[in-house]
Amino acid sequence: MNSMSAAAPIASIEMLHPPVPAWRVFLALLSRDVRVARRELPFFLVRTIMQPMLFVIVFGYLLPKMGFTQAGYQAALLPGILALSLMLSSTQSVTLPMVTEFGWTKEIEDRLLAPISTDLVAVEKIVNAMIQGIIAALVVLPLARLVMGPVAGFTFSHVPELLIVVILSAAAASAFGLLLGVLISPQQIGFMFSLIITPMIFFGCAYYPWRGLDVVPWLKYAVLVNPLVYISEGLRASLTPSVPHMPFGAIVGALAVLTAGFTWAALFRFRKRAIG
Amino acid sequence: MYHGSGRASQESASASVPGAQAGDTVALDGLDLTVNEGEFFGIIGPNGAGKTTTIGVLTTRVLPTSGTARVAGADVVKNSVTVRQRIGVVPQRPNPDRSLDAWENLIYHAAYFGVPRREAARRATELLERLEISGKARMKVDQLSGGQQQRLMIARALIHEPIILFLDEPTVGLDPNARNSLWEILRELHGQGRTIVMTTHYMPEADELSDRIALIDRGQLLALDTPEKLKLQTPDGSLETFFIAKAGRGLDA
Repeated sequence: MNSMSAAAPIASIEMLHPPVPAWRVFLALLSRDVRVARRELPFFLVRTIMQPMLFVIVFGYLLPKMGFTQAGYQAALLPGILALSLMLSSTQSVTLPMVTEFGWTKEIEDRLLAPISTDLVAVEKIVNAMIQGIIAALVVLPLARLVMGPVAGFTFSHVPELLIVVILSAAAASAFGLLLGVLISPQQIGFMFSLIITPMIFFGCAYYPWRGLDVVPWLKYAVLVNPLVYISEGLRASLTPSVPHMPFGAIVGALAVLTAGFTWAALFRFRKRAIG
Repeated sequence: MYHGSGRASQESASASVPGAQAGDTVALDGLDLTVNEGEFFGIIGPNGAGKTTTIGVLTTRVLPTSGTARVAGADVVKNSVTVRQRIGVVPQRPNPDRSLDAWENLIYHAAYFGVPRREAARRATELLERLEISGKARMKVDQLSGGQQQRLMIARALIHEPIILFLDEPTVGLDPNARNSLWEILRELHGQGRTIVMTTHYMPEADELSDRIALIDRGQLLALDTPEKLKLQTPDGSLETFFIAKAGRGLDA
């Protein structure tokens, strides 16, 4: 075992290089991600708004106008669209950078060499993605409301429930995004979209309430593996509570379990990839 | 600019890299070496000798399966965060943050190390100037040449004023001009008393810069001494011959 030589007493090293508190390093990592997001704002908005808004125009405006939807459909659709924006934005804002930075350019390296635990580098990615997901939902809400016109049953009277759902949803979607980001290679991105993301979107109860699946019972239970189901139902329970939805407790419980599970798996895999 | 003092030492470090990237797996087998404070320490060996694994262990990026490694007074496994705070690392291939420009690469890196913004800006200006890439500060890193990116990596590794600077084959892929100017920079840093650990498989580079050289192959230490003393041990006075005699193969093997 080596000991420090007399010429280099540990005390002097610590005076010249005092430990940096983890929260400061964490905030610096976050400010880097915010800087990058601000620079990419136009792309972010297109990526975030495009798909949900196209659905709003077709399903929330055109079809109702043509008389193909029943009264009240918009109340089921609006929270679903917000859920979709939140999930897609959270997931993509962490998955895509992770895939390239780990698998391609190795540029994650300078953050892995920052004086902070590797787990916190990963957690910072989740927090950043949560912020982006929540911003996406906040951008899409007024736009969707504008296109759809007045939505019967839409209310802001369940604020505590709304906050709980939004935060847990963003956390679940971001942790899921990190897990995908550390699992797949750059070559598999297209594959991921067609095989994972697209089915999640269509079977995520975004365009129809979960209770609507009573008519296809096997599907009603099969979709429960999909995190988007709980995000959509959670936003229905808090924004348009008159639409039949899952019990609030079940939604919160499922989102909490999914967040914990995804985070655990993502951190496990992140550590494996980060430290040889 | 250099204030710290310290030493990197690695005793009986044995590390194996799991086969995530096929072909990278080099096990270190009983590698004992101690780097002295203020020393320019060269680690030389052919591809697959274990150079990158050694740097990986010392910079907390590879977990040793047994043995211990201490860098700048801290254990690389138990106190990895402390070690990270005290070292600067220049990677084999430049890996700048491509979402940021050259200036931001330095400023944000400094922020990760708790350097206040104003001080970071002062150091970034000074480093960019000294490394002759001031004109590229506001450019996207993709617009920098290979040599310029490598200099940016050196600036990044220095901006938090590390006690020890690690460079992993820093001149691979550089043209002779860029290599010479990098050598100049490294000599200057060493002249200021900074401890430097550098790997290379290019013998003249190690000979030119190092106070002491560790020859390693297949994870084992073959020899460790000053370039002059190593050269005295061969009839033709060349490090290359010495290495072939010890390892049974050349450096390009």
